[in-house]
Amino acid sequence: MNKFKSLIIFIPMFGLTSCAIEPWVKPYERDNLADPIMSFSRDGIAVNYMHHVFQAREAARGAEGGSGGGCGCN
Amino acid sequence: MVRKVVPAVVVGVTKLERETMPFLTQLKFLLLLLSVWVFPSMSAVLPEDRADAMYHRYEGGGMVIDGPSVLVRKSFLEKFSASANYYIDNVSAASIDVLANASPYLERRKEFSFGLDYLTNKTTISTAFTRSKENDYLANTAYLGVTQDFFGDLSTLSIGYSRGWDTVMKTGDPDFERKADRQNYKLDWTQVLTKNWIASFGFETVTDQGFLNNPYRVVRYLDPAEGRGFRYQSEVYPETRTSSAFSIRSMYYLPYRASFSVQARVFSDTWDISATNYEIGYVHPYGEHWIFEGKYRVYDQTQAEFYRDLIDPTNPAQNTEFVARDKEMSSFSDFSIGVGVSYEREFKDSTMFKKFSVNLFVDYFEFEFDNFRNVLVHDTNPGEFAVGQEPLFAYDATVTRLFFSIWY
Repeated sequence: MNKFKSLIIFIPMFGLTSCAIEPWVKPYERDNLADPIMSFSRDGIAVNYMHHVFQAREAARGAEGGSGGGCGCN
Repeated sequence: MVRKVVPAVVVGVTKLERETMPFLTQLKFLLLLLSVWVFPSMSAVLPEDRADAMYHRYEGGGMVIDGPSVLVRKSFLEKFSASANYYIDNVSAASIDVLANASPYLERRKEFSFGLDYLTNKTTISTAFTRSKENDYLANTAYLGVTQDFFGDLSTLSIGYSRGWDTVMKTGDPDFERKADRQNYKLDWTQVLTKNWIASFGFETVTDQGFLNNPYRVVRYLDPAEGRGFRYQSEVYPETRTSSAFSIRSMYYLPYRASFSVQARVFSDTWDISATNYEIGYVHPYGEHWIFEGKYRVYDQTQAEFYRDLIDPTNPAQNTEFVARDKEMSSFSDFSIGVGVSYEREFKDSTMFKKFSVNLFVDYFEFEFDNFRNVLVHDTNPGEFAVGQEPLFAYDATVTRLFFSIWY
């Protein structure tokens, strides 16, 4: 039980201390990251369509990145 | 996007205090800590308000699939963002699967999606519903996801769950109606590594249950009594499938304003299919208004354990309970090369619109199959190939995306 209590204390403490971590990339250093060319899916409509193309022709599926609920394209 | 960061609250508790604190008090304390952790005073942002109208076209392997897609997104009340997508596939099908045992056909698939995002501090809750309809297939999918920024907005964790309910029908058989259910669980972790480098790890598992095969697809059996030496029979798939996929993506900002990306994914499922794909990409802006990009992707997979190109009915190792001859279930590889160009311009005199872009992307694919043979040679070159000795199938395809986007 003590181990369990320690664990449930440790996990949120980890989460809390994570907020206290000094960001090693300051907000004013994020210009490059904010550039649209640094987006994994700059144009959602075009990226989602390619996921649909691959899912219809390959057996692999999932972990393509981005949100969404499947293409309903069987 | 740049996010506003407010210094985080630091709360500490000593080991002595922890040991002497009653458990319930500890629990209350933890709830307080959790409330600070889950709802901190930092702010994330909603997706941009924009509208896109796209013409898409897939052409290859005897198939032409094209149509429009329109996506509109608008935020309201500062905390909500709604999106709607209307998508159409016009299908002209004369693929090898169709020609082998049926006639070419035309059909249309319509899909409508509606999504809503709610932003509270740096947590975004997203929900979406998608309905896809064609004359012999109906699919409904609901999605719920939560995205949380932390570590000073250097990390983003996103988890999502979706559930799908499909109805499979068959043209020409009004009594045929089967169900298939689908559940997706996904997790994405995106990490800012340096001021020029970002990486993302993704995991997704999908479970299916119900009627999972295409009711029109068939397997072929050796049959010397038939003129061609084989006959067709309906496929039989297992009624369950679970798959897992892991991916890692990384993108680097180059010193002269360009970006380079790499992606990799591994996949496996309970049908014994394993797959990997790798992709590299490069994006290069030119001048004030142009963006050029290119990518290269390779993919390969092993076959499902019940895939058979040709079944010898006297061989119990081939004539099993589950049998399929979908080329998508066979062992194959493909690669694609894609290029794209975007022209983007801001509206200087408009208070309503911010900017627009016109975009053209073209991708070229080649598929090569390891154990799916081209049975159409028995029609085009009768008597030239023995059953089971036909050439392996291969095809190429071109995918075009032309779209207009406007931000407001």
